[in-house]
Amino acid sequence: MNIVVNDEARVVNARTLAALIDELGYGDARIATAVDGEFIPGSRRCGLDIVDGMRVEIVAPMQGG
Amino acid sequence: MLFYGTELASPLMLGTAQYPSPEILADSVRAADAGLVTVSLRRESAGSRAGQAFWSLIRDLGTPVLPNTAGCHTVKEAVTTAHMAREVFETDWVKLEVIGESDTLQPDVFGLVEAARILSSEGFKVFPYTTEDLVVAERLLAAGCEVLMPWGAPIGSGKGLNNVFGLRALRAHFPDVPLVVDAGIGLPSHATQALELGYDAVLINTAVAKAGDPVAMARAFRLAVEAGRLARIADPMEARDMAAPSTPLLGKPALS
Repeated sequence: MNIVVNDEARVVNARTLAALIDELGYGDARIATAVDGEFIPGSRRCGLDIVDGMRVEIVAPMQGG
Repeated sequence: MLFYGTELASPLMLGTAQYPSPEILADSVRAADAGLVTVSLRRESAGSRAGQAFWSLIRDLGTPVLPNTAGCHTVKEAVTTAHMAREVFETDWVKLEVIGESDTLQPDVFGLVEAARILSSEGFKVFPYTTEDLVVAERLLAAGCEVLMPWGAPIGSGKGLNNVFGLRALRAHFPDVPLVVDAGIGLPSHATQALELGYDAVLINTAVAKAGDPVAMARAFRLAVEAGRLARIADPMEARDMAAPSTPLLGKPALS
């Protein structure tokens, strides 16, 4: 599947967003996800299918003002 | 003063960005005795654990966190970011920024009101980064905000309170709403002035993080807000145009 993760083109095997997080190696990191601009809570990652061209954003805590 | 029913330990809110090192950040938060710290969200690759390390540092400090939507220019971006922040930081508090202009980082107050309305209806406790405009303030309160955070000056400018008249009017107009001067404060004296005007807190980042000695500056700000708050409680004298002798004239000897 060809998708874009954090603005980077990737070819992935994962079928769901939860599997994608594992495949990319995030493990149990504290992150939040959005797909095509829409927030996807952790509880919905297992049920969200990866499709070609999908844009995934993965964010983590960061310093801020 | 209560912020959404929560009493903060101090009227000094501190940003966590731009410090020379994580250790100096942690020491600065302690030296400031910060009532809360602001945090953000950014992309993270799986290999980088920077975000995770930052999160453990903040958690260990034990200071309440206020996630922001910094850098968002649209309502949709800001609302989505707030949702992500609520999940990551496990809080429904959000410092809502919808930026409308790149040179001044002035808030887009129209987008801000709309985003505040959406987020408040979804249970968020919104801290809106706004201007001192009274009409916008009314709209934000009507949208569900119970705190207002007008700017002192453009973010990162360090120019202090650019419109003291406007800030004073806002305080007078909304005597019961928690008010925070957010952005533009460069010196402890600016923070003191905000508290003297009756503001309930100040939010500072660059002034501490970019000081030559951030930890010493954090302490200076802690003392500054304490001075301002005490001065406000003590009911300052009115300024006047002409001199008034402080030493009594009665009993002055005739020596001429």
